[in-house]
Amino acid sequence: MDVLEKTDSIQAEMLRHFEEKIERGDAIEPRDKMPDAYRKHLIRQMSQHAHSEVIGMQPEGNWITRAPSLRAKQILLAKIQDEGGHGLYLYSAAETLGVSREELISQLHSGKAKYSNIFNYPALTWADIGAIGWLVDGAAIVNQVSLQRTSYGPYSRAMVRICKEESFHQRQGYEIMAKMMQGTKDQQEMAQDAMNRWWWPSLMMFGPHDSESPHTGDAVKWKIKRHSNDELRQKFIDKTVQQAEVIGLTIPDADLKWNEAKGHYDHGPIDWNEFYRVISGNGPCNRQRMEHHKRVHAEGAWVREAAEAYRLRKEKELLHL
Amino acid sequence: MTTEQALYKYCLRLGDNALIQSYRLSEWCSNAPLLEEDLALTNFALDMIGRAQLLLSYAGVVEGMGKTDDDLAYRRGERQFTNTLISELPNGDFAFTIARLFFTSVYEYYFFTELQNSADTTLKAVAAKTLKEVKYHKAHATDWMLRLGGGTEESNTRVQAAVNALWMYTGEQFETDKADAMLQDINIAVDMPPVKDKWNVYVQEVLLDAGISVPVADYMQTGGRNGVHTEYLGHILSEMQYLQRAYPDATW
Ligand SMILES: [Fe+2]
Ligand SMILES: [Fe+2]
Ligand SMILES: [Fe+2]
Repeated sequence: MDVLEKTDSIQAEMLRHFEEKIERGDAIEPRDKMPDAYRKHLIRQMSQHAHSEVIGMQPEGNWITRAPSLRAKQILLAKIQDEGGHGLYLYSAAETLGVSREELISQLHSGKAKYSNIFNYPALTWADIGAIGWLVDGAAIVNQVSLQRTSYGPYSRAMVRICKEESFHQRQGYEIMAKMMQGTKDQQEMAQDAMNRWWWPSLMMFGPHDSESPHTGDAVKWKIKRHSNDELRQKFIDKTVQQAEVIGLTIPDADLKWNEAKGHYDHGPIDWNEFYRVISGNGPCNRQRMEHHKRVHAEGAWVREAAEAYRLRKEKELLHL
Repeated sequence: MTTEQALYKYCLRLGDNALIQSYRLSEWCSNAPLLEEDLALTNFALDMIGRAQLLLSYAGVVEGMGKTDDDLAYRRGERQFTNTLISELPNGDFAFTIARLFFTSVYEYYFFTELQNSADTTLKAVAAKTLKEVKYHKAHATDWMLRLGGGTEESNTRVQAAVNALWMYTGEQFETDKADAMLQDINIAVDMPPVKDKWNVYVQEVLLDAGISVPVADYMQTGGRNGVHTEYLGHILSEMQYLQRAYPDATW
């Protein structure tokens, strides 16, 4: 056997071992051998997830100073802080794959890495804070619950931790909507308006229909993704329609109706033109979100440099003691 | 002035400081130089909102007009707010925010340490809870003063500029008036001169360690405690109170 053949057979052996592990349902851990494509797929997905948590702080952050009560302010601020914390876990989980946070952020800035499209929509009124918590976190949970059993250990553990907090967020968002629907006419209109604007983008969070989704193949084989886009979307619709009814909100979809035979709600067509328009950079807030992130990162450079310079100096001092 | 009126004023001032400082810190959300720092500063803001709730609720009880913490936070005008001026100044750069947090948290640390001995059981309890929190604020601000002072030339220049600009707002923290004197006589209020001495010692020590020179005080700004503010407070209130003012009949 020459060297090349030998490497090939080691590679094949490694892949077989990896696939057997996946087959048995064992978690893949950072030190385990894994195919390069698996690692790349995970870095892409986890960093996108981390960036989404962080960029998502912006629309909600837009209402902190205007929250209408001390309690509301406290809940909102704590929620946004949780999202920042999720970003941190996920960056750390991604770092186990050998990529640094700084690298991931530069990929975000160059446009190579994406974040969830939903955060390219504006939070216009206080009711949007309710709608984001209820619908956006609600949709995120459906996805994340499914990811709790994803094959990569650090990612799956991060999801378990994150899901607990996300369900709080969803309940708190729903509480805001419920309160507004019990309130004045102005408040009810505000709540319904937010519902109208956030419903369809929330459905788009699950991504294209299964027939169109390009990444489904490998991700499913490797058990990174455990359920399809359409399955997850359906789960979200089924649980949310009833919640809307309870508080008197109307779902802005004339075609929405219960399908007795399937045991699910049927829904009207999703405007995929809007989805692709927003994803390709022409949503209402794409530029604003990225410019904000870049500006803050650039403005903070001197602080990070100072902290690093100070750390190095202290290290040196210790050595000379 | 009755004891109740003096106590109302005392609680309101402490509550307003917490409320307005939390407002400024919360503005750092998704604006901090590091994600970790974003979380730290907003965490302090959360502590302060909690403190404001306790103190404003108690002020409402003492006043006896049935006002809640939210009534006091959202339905008073510029001249009725009694926070110190240093609390309301805009955030500036990170060095400015850290230097402000440093000056206020060191003050709060010594202040609430003393307030734990208050004859008023509510204030005593608030002080004990607050002290646990401000210990962290003080430690965090001190760490950053050292890092910024001893980091790079730029960070040293920035933090020195912040210290210079803030210095004339530090004196107001130690002011006292008739209300304080009345309450001090019955062991409710804190005796300020020792707090000021401890503040001075600690602040000078850290500035020295950090390579930051201590400004010379020629004049100390005043007014906030009596409702005469900087122009910045009105903008805070118009943003903070907007929904409550625009929809006065709504509950949220
Ligand atoms: Fe989220
Ligand atoms: Fe999250
Ligand atoms: Fe969330």
